[in-house]
Amino acid sequence: MDLQTLQSKARAVRRDIITMTSKAGAGHPGGSLSCTDALVALYFEIMKGVDPKNDKDPNRDRFVLSKGHAAPALYGTLCEKGYFGPEEFDHFRQLHGILQGHPDIKKCPGVDASTGSLGQGISIAVGMALGAKHTGNKCHVYTVIGDGESQEGLVWEASMAAAHYKLDNLTVILDHNGMQIDGTNDEVMSLGDIKAKAVAFGYDVIEVADGNDMQQVLDALRVPACPGKPRYILLNTLKGKGVSFMEGQVGWHGKAPNAEQAAQALKELEG
Amino acid sequence: MEKKATRVAYGEALVKLGEANDKVVVLDADLSNATMTNAFKKAYPERFFDCGIAEADMVDMAAGMSTMGLIPFCSTFAVFAGRSYDQIRNGVCYPHFNVKFGFSHAGITLGEDGGSHQAIEDLALMRVLPGMTVLVPSDANETYQCVEAAAKIDGPVYIRTCRLPTPVYDPRPFTVGKGNVIKDGSDLVIFTCGVMLEHTLNAVEELAKKGINAALVCFHTIKPFDDELAIQYAVKCKKVFTVEEHSVIGGLGDAVAPLLIGKGVETFKKIGINDEFGQSGKPADLLVEYGLTGPQIAETICSSL
Repeated sequence: MDLQTLQSKARAVRRDIITMTSKAGAGHPGGSLSCTDALVALYFEIMKGVDPKNDKDPNRDRFVLSKGHAAPALYGTLCEKGYFGPEEFDHFRQLHGILQGHPDIKKCPGVDASTGSLGQGISIAVGMALGAKHTGNKCHVYTVIGDGESQEGLVWEASMAAAHYKLDNLTVILDHNGMQIDGTNDEVMSLGDIKAKAVAFGYDVIEVADGNDMQQVLDALRVPACPGKPRYILLNTLKGKGVSFMEGQVGWHGKAPNAEQAAQALKELEG
Repeated sequence: MEKKATRVAYGEALVKLGEANDKVVVLDADLSNATMTNAFKKAYPERFFDCGIAEADMVDMAAGMSTMGLIPFCSTFAVFAGRSYDQIRNGVCYPHFNVKFGFSHAGITLGEDGGSHQAIEDLALMRVLPGMTVLVPSDANETYQCVEAAAKIDGPVYIRTCRLPTPVYDPRPFTVGKGNVIKDGSDLVIFTCGVMLEHTLNAVEELAKKGINAALVCFHTIKPFDDELAIQYAVKCKKVFTVEEHSVIGGLGDAVAPLLIGKGVETFKKIGINDEFGQSGKPADLLVEYGLTGPQIAETICSSL
């Protein structure tokens, strides 16, 4: 898929995020918009065997949204990929809907792990990668984690295990937008030198200057695996990316746009 | 009578299971010489995964491994059911993944390590999780049966084992969710589970000396619970006692209690750890301290009649 088409898909997913959070009157648009480009790159260009017509193919690459509250970005991506129709957005966060507040493997097609309790997704992804190696499955496991999420000790327990078991079939992607519910990372709990920490934990680390630039994201994801080491891609992203009044605003972490705001956002995301 | 700790039987059962089923993998958190998974580690080193001292990570790693068609058995101390509870809940039970938990050193009979390590709440924690099967083997033979059965269940299973060597009884019929009548009786009934079987058997003997004909029913499955058998004996005997090496809150006693409403039961008492933590000591001394020896159980029962 060419760059322009991928960028267009990313805009479509961003419109989906606005549409579903606005309809539900709830959800997490800020951190969904910041990781949209990574998800689109993964599902439309990088991951192998990902097919809604054969969604249980055991050899498919796996994806775990460890920062499960960015579910709208995943749902938008899965919808654009054809796992379900946009009519499901009407039932996002609603009774009996397949699009739960956080991804649910039992309810939503295309979801590989139920997430939402932060820190757990990366640990599950490590188990998947270890299980794949053990069973001779050649699939690759991708997980997107948050920077606020990286305050969870479990992220580092899982990282230690990933290096210990030499999981070069695992790619951890950090959506580093610098913000969390209560404020910036530095205000709430400084991450320190997150890149140095990832290196120290045994990852092969790639930093992407603009994690919302599709070409830069693709370039990083296409770097061949480093034998015997898990990969860590540090994406420097912008919270609320693509919607002018949400960009860089902590307040849009877990707040839905009203009808008027949604209309403006959708206009900005046209094309 | 031969004695063997249920944790030892757990380790042996895993080796046997591993031989029959190559999907079985074992995860431990640096306690393989205590949980007795070291036998599996020796027999199938390529299927043994040490997760280091990181119980939460072990549970979610097992969750991920189960999605690749493996049957992971997580092993650590029962007290760490609390430490890894969010992972057991959200990582395994919420998606109903096929992960087993063989948690050992439960209860006060852990002994000298003390209250910080004596799980008296694990059954309560496990019982409330939707889809979780909760097994408490009472001896080595029942442990073998529990491990074998757990591997056949498609979903999470918790198996509670203990450190202290306890009597090995003749194998009994085993069906998950079904209790076993150890001794019939008519004056009262004792419901028990796990390693308290030994002490309730002693209590039944003590009661017999006083002319009391007690029934004894042992439940290796706390969830799904054998409501039918419990109700049958409650209705028949009208005096009901539960005995467990667990808090009287949330364990076997509380699985039984709601079943008794409207059944004409005259007396009901839960015997166990009375909403307090344990402490260091020899297992035998701790059983006395907490009133869980046969004669003490019999005495408590008599004082309630």
